Amino acid sequence: MVVMSPSGDVAMQQRDLILWATGLMLIVIVPVIIMTLMFAWRYRASNRDAEYSPDWDHSTMLELVIWAVPLLIIIALGAITWVSTHKLDPYRPLDRIDASRPVPEGTEPLVVQVVSLEWKWLFFYPEQGIATVNELAAPVDRPIRFEITSHSNMNSFYIPALAGQIYSMAGMETKLHGVINEPGVYDGFSANYSGAGFSHMRFHFHGLETEADFEDWVEKVRDDGGELSRASYKQLAEPSQKEPVRYYADVDPGLYDAILNRCVDPGTVCMKDMMDHHGSAHTNDHDEHHDHGSHGN
Amino acid sequence: MLEQLDLTQLIFGRLSWDAIPLHDPVIVATFVVVAIGGAALLGALTYYRVWGYLWKEWFTSIDHKKIGIMYMVLGLVMLLRGFADAIMMRIQQAWAFGDATGYLPPDHYDQIFTAHGVIMIFFVAMPLITGIMNYIIPLQIGARDVAFPFLNNFSFWMTASGAALVMASLFIGEFAKTGWLAYPPLSGIMESPGVGVDYYLWALQIAGVGTLLSGINLLVTIVKMRAPGMNLMKMPVFTWTSLCTNVLIVAAFPVLTAVLGMLLLDRYLGTAFFTNDLGGNVMMYINLIWIWGHPEVYILILPAFGIFSEVVSTYSGKRLFGYASMVYATVVITVLSYMVWLHHFFTMGSGASVNSFFGITTMIISIPTGAKIFNWLFTMYRGRIRFEVPMLWTIGFIITFVIGGMTGVLLAVPPADFVLHNSLFLVAHFHNVIIGGVLFGLFAGITYWYPKAFGYKLDPFWGKMSFWFWTIGFYFAFMPLYVLGLMGVTRRMSQFEEDAAMQFWFQVAAFGAFLIALGILFFIVQLVVSHRRRDQLRDTTGDPWDGRTLEWATSSPPPQYNFAFTPRVHDLDAWWQMKQHKYRRPEQGFKAIHMPKNTAAGIILAGISTVLGFALVWHMWLLAGVSFAALLAVAIGHTFNYDRDYHIPAEEVERVEAERTRMLASHV
Repeated sequence: MVVMSPSGDVAMQQRDLILWATGLMLIVIVPVIIMTLMFAWRYRASNRDAEYSPDWDHSTMLELVIWAVPLLIIIALGAITWVSTHKLDPYRPLDRIDASRPVPEGTEPLVVQVVSLEWKWLFFYPEQGIATVNELAAPVDRPIRFEITSHSNMNSFYIPALAGQIYSMAGMETKLHGVINEPGVYDGFSANYSGAGFSHMRFHFHGLETEADFEDWVEKVRDDGGELSRASYKQLAEPSQKEPVRYYADVDPGLYDAILNRCVDPGTVCMKDMMDHHGSAHTNDHDEHHDHGSHGN
Repeated sequence: MLEQLDLTQLIFGRLSWDAIPLHDPVIVATFVVVAIGGAALLGALTYYRVWGYLWKEWFTSIDHKKIGIMYMVLGLVMLLRGFADAIMMRIQQAWAFGDATGYLPPDHYDQIFTAHGVIMIFFVAMPLITGIMNYIIPLQIGARDVAFPFLNNFSFWMTASGAALVMASLFIGEFAKTGWLAYPPLSGIMESPGVGVDYYLWALQIAGVGTLLSGINLLVTIVKMRAPGMNLMKMPVFTWTSLCTNVLIVAAFPVLTAVLGMLLLDRYLGTAFFTNDLGGNVMMYINLIWIWGHPEVYILILPAFGIFSEVVSTYSGKRLFGYASMVYATVVITVLSYMVWLHHFFTMGSGASVNSFFGITTMIISIPTGAKIFNWLFTMYRGRIRFEVPMLWTIGFIITFVIGGMTGVLLAVPPADFVLHNSLFLVAHFHNVIIGGVLFGLFAGITYWYPKAFGYKLDPFWGKMSFWFWTIGFYFAFMPLYVLGLMGVTRRMSQFEEDAAMQFWFQVAAFGAFLIALGILFFIVQLVVSHRRRDQLRDTTGDPWDGRTLEWATSSPPPQYNFAFTPRVHDLDAWWQMKQHKYRRPEQGFKAIHMPKNTAAGIILAGISTVLGFALVWHMWLLAGVSFAALLAVAIGHTFNYDRDYHIPAEEVERVEAERTRMLASHV
């Protein structure tokens, strides 16, 4: 059960939260189930020994208790929710690699730009200048920042072993931060139905043991990779299913931005240039404006 | 210009022989079965010459009791269709692993899960809930009918019209392949150019008219037509929960109509409300549809809560514990249900504060809900519990529902939702509360009030069989989905690439679905067996369960006018109190009773609406224009119908009541 035994610190904290919340709620749930069965048995009509008070319908004390107990649990759970939702906000840069190690001063996250296409995933590595289809890699213990958009349909970018999911939407950018703590090959997929090829919209995420392994992987992509221009992107974006892994070494540097702003076709106006300085395609960055959220033009 | 006017296209729009899905053996086989079954049914109706009877006594009836029963029939028939979809999905998912692709290609599978969701919510749960409310509310408040009897008939037929369009899409064209809420851009004209989404939209728009009007009708009925003495805090709990449900319907359904209307404009007129380009925004659709969608959940569950309250109090032979807090809890849930919609899309990228706010409001709903559960428990406490079938459903509900509630609160914690959202864990959760809550409640309600409606109890043996197979089947079918969700399996998958590790759980789930199939079968067996044994199961008293509320004060089935004299209410459990005070039925002094007259306007208007919807789906502009004109003409024509009411003469009332007196005497 990957959700219960993930390999990345964010997903691990989300797992812990599930366990805590479940534990808290069982304080009420278990007694309720036991009381239901007990009362049903004890006060069965054939048991004439049990007390019968047909007009007893109120007890201020009891009613206080039955409102107060759920209330207290929800106060506790609400507090946990407020804190954990802020701490595990997918837009928030990580401050720790795992439970015992903070992110070292000056560490820059690995940036991956993600585009969901019908029905495959395109990953840009802007720093490395490469791109891949349906294969993702990152070194262990290095924070990753995903910037996510979609070619057209809404999908959800999800690697259960790494961190929770977030939607990908055309003309908008969402963000996700995560770190993988154990080397391995993990499943990633779309968690939001997007049409006929959805079932096979899957990829592998390689958690690589060292930075050197990652460099080797980047080299491999460079060696085997072809060209990703606006024209070849248009071809790639045509609906297709069960796409094999593809590598691109020569990537048009403005392509991701053009996809996000829906101006890949020559002659189309980019969304960010369409309306004055407010911009339309939102890069919702915490650091820039406080009200992030991919909403609103 | 003229040569461009293509007559065929004007008449048939985009409908051609290609629209008949002959290529799909599953659909062809279904069609053959439906055609044979349908022909046999129509033939039988004709052979036994019941068309005239059905038309006069049922289809055109404005009696709330008959309309209630017609809603129930519609809901149960559609349940069979919705369940057929469910079991097809379960078989496909248990099968399609690795190289096996199963028997349903994505094109077909995607229509099935969309249809399953749409049918189960709009054409099973809604008609069944509306049907029970329709039947019971006027009886419980001591009224002779609903506030607007014709509107009631019209509402039913509009709902049936929507259902008819969904059924038509099975054999003519296709249904939407978008999921039950049809999120754009997938449901937009660019991604879904076919007729599927149009069927979806027009079916829901037409049925939505019925739902909204029925909501207004029942709301006014409860507010204005209660028997003298029944102030709000003496209203039975089922009527209270129904009141809240109808408030929710009136407030929420216009939002659905508006958002689907905008999607229709996008698709038909090229507007850009929800498109990717030209300034459209899909997030607006998702917000709006859930501003309807979340209250919808409570629209379904609140009446079920009301049913459980009536059942638990009746079979425990005891006043409901904490009536006032029950009412407050219901009202609090009603208000809060509008403040939680965003929890359906925490993963869309709202800020942490927004997500926390909606997560916490969601959790707060569990407080009044928890109070209700405790109230039921303490109603059982120191009671004399008779384990009739409705009580079994209630106990099954409490245990099942608290589990579903717990997983629901879990999903309300945003960071936990990030790993569970859209997974089979989510699917398991909402089936846990909808089956364990709404459906169990409906079965409890049907069994509880069946003798009221038909004059005989349901056979308890087959009722218990149905209960056990449903309950055990439910656990087999949905507990594995929780496990699969925790394994990271997402919903709406038609094929799996993984190896067999998780296939086992899908096979267990499929087994559970077959147990549920038996549960449904035994429910039908129960109806048939009870009908055949109706003489032994006869209820001559009108009060077979030693009931507490006014519906048990009249005969089973009630006369057309419900109550010969409007009862006076002095207590919450009005009928219980009347029995305690040795109430004697008046046996003379009857007066003529003013009643509304049957009319065919409802079924005709809805029939034309079906044609109009079909024409719009297929772009048959000529037919659309003609049927729209006809719709207006009939609606206006109906306003000139002044022959709307009549009096049941006093002698007739006296005869019916004397009959009842004899019946009651024969019992003792």
